[in-house]
Amino acid sequence: MKSETNASIMGNRKNKAVVETVAQIIFTICALFAILAVISITLYMILSGTPAIFQVGPMEILFGTVWAPTAAEPRFGILYVILTSIVGTFLAILLGVPIGILTAVFLAEVAPKKLAMAVKPAVELLAGIPSVVYGLLGIYLLGPVMYRLEKFVFADSTTHQFTGGANLMSAVIVLAIMILPTVINISETSIRAVQPGIKAASLALGASHIQTIFRSILPAARSGIMTAVVLGVGRAIGEAMAITLVSGSSVNPPLPFNSVRFLTTAIVSEMGYAEVGSTHRNMLFTIGLVLFVFIMLINVVLSRILKKGEVHR
Amino acid sequence: MKNRCSKVLALVGALALMMGSLTACGDTNTGSSVQGTPAESKVESSAAESKVESSAAESKDAQTTLSGTIQMSGSTSMEKLANALCEAFMEKYPDVTATAEFTGSGAGIEAVLAGTVDIGNSSRNLKEEEKTKGAVENIVAIDGIAVCLDPANTVADLTKQQLIDIYTGKITNWKELGGADEPIVVVGREAGSGTRGAFEELLEVKDACKYANELDSTGAVIAKVASTPGAIGYASLDTIDDSVVAAKMEGVEATAENIKAGTYFLCRPFVMATKGEISEQSELLQAWFDFVMGPEGQEIAANVGLITVE
Repeated sequence: MKSETNASIMGNRKNKAVVETVAQIIFTICALFAILAVISITLYMILSGTPAIFQVGPMEILFGTVWAPTAAEPRFGILYVILTSIVGTFLAILLGVPIGILTAVFLAEVAPKKLAMAVKPAVELLAGIPSVVYGLLGIYLLGPVMYRLEKFVFADSTTHQFTGGANLMSAVIVLAIMILPTVINISETSIRAVQPGIKAASLALGASHIQTIFRSILPAARSGIMTAVVLGVGRAIGEAMAITLVSGSSVNPPLPFNSVRFLTTAIVSEMGYAEVGSTHRNMLFTIGLVLFVFIMLINVVLSRILKKGEVHR
Repeated sequence: MKNRCSKVLALVGALALMMGSLTACGDTNTGSSVQGTPAESKVESSAAESKVESSAAESKDAQTTLSGTIQMSGSTSMEKLANALCEAFMEKYPDVTATAEFTGSGAGIEAVLAGTVDIGNSSRNLKEEEKTKGAVENIVAIDGIAVCLDPANTVADLTKQQLIDIYTGKITNWKELGGADEPIVVVGREAGSGTRGAFEELLEVKDACKYANELDSTGAVIAKVASTPGAIGYASLDTIDDSVVAAKMEGVEATAENIKAGTYFLCRPFVMATKGEISEQSELLQAWFDFVMGPEGQEIAANVGLITVE
């Protein structure tokens, strides 16, 4: 049977050509979907995000600190929101990346095989948990603990507004946990992909195992680890569902125990009731545009860094 | 060569598709906005009227003879109620067109006095001045708000002034109100929420509130208050459950009975104002108010979280 079908396709030049063309058309159509999505999203963001810039003024939006969209004299300053997204993402990376990389080292180099076999599925499971579940766990497990910490830190303060555990720190911790699986999986793969010769040479020269890991293996796996960080940043800055539940959602400067609002949660939380066609709603799209520009910038800058790293190698 | 061709083709295809979808969006938008304007609905209704007149000649059923247009404008807070009522009324009387615009309470009453609409929606009591001009206050439902506290809180009774001080950040600890030494966690809704608008309006603290948590649903507010010691929040009266305690306001318990009796202050009437008494209105408007005040209308009011007037 098999040889027969083979013969019918291979043997007939016409059939073969048709199959080739059809396949190519199918591939092109599939690729079109992605291009179409990117172009239409970009256009839509620009079209719907720019009206409010003209209505409010770019300086007022980017450097204003008061967000009062429904006031008698509405104010649309999102400086604190932008800063919160930057600081929050940075802190989450600061917390999550070292833990992630060290876990990857542990899995790839240090752990006994049986233990690694147990940890690996756990990490993969972590990646599959929906973000809203992280948020719920954040409310019920993290919230009370953070509130106790907050009460302890600000025991004598008369000016601090108590948030009940919904603050920047909680959001950062949740974000850090959420980026762990991405960082761990990609770092581990890149560590495992390091040529065995490098490790062997390092050990042969008398370096200890730990020295080998930090001086030879990790530098050799650098580009893969950078990719892991980039994807981690992407996940952290774009996350909305989990942190909308734990960040408190009031517009405040991004201090650890302040209730804060991220770019993503700013859109999510007010979209429901913002009047259609109003400056308020347009402004929410502008926040989306700002977020979009941010993610583009981060992608471009980090991919430049990545390329440079590869050239050096 | 072939590659370049297909690339160009791909781009052109993408653009064409996008343009198609964009113009399609535009079409539906203009379509719906035109429908909302009075001119269009009048045209529709006159068409409907003529149709009804011809059918009425054949069968003289009291229900199907109702036809025409009801136009109302006014309070944005009443959007849910007004839309739900319009929909149900038009379902019951298919030849009637009922439309509602949401321009604000003051503008609604002005419009009904000027005769440009049949009903002016207002989410506050009418002012004396408006009444002397001929506006009649027909209360169709009441919007009640409960202040909820976590169950362990020992302060169970607040005055209006205390509530204002808490929400504007003047009082930050329950011990200032005779409770435990526990910081107050001020929970509220996001800007644009009807409940937040009503709450801030009733306390006259619009845009002056300092929230520690701005949550985007009633459920989230109640969950946060229930799980946080020292938290205070607000929500529609009918959504309060056992996980939180509804505080007394000036010694009055938050119940539908007290709101109807007028002793609980954190509530506001939803008024459908008419120019002149209901009995002086057209048959159609009288049928509208029979419907709204009757069991069907009141059930709709209850469904959107309001307190019925009966």
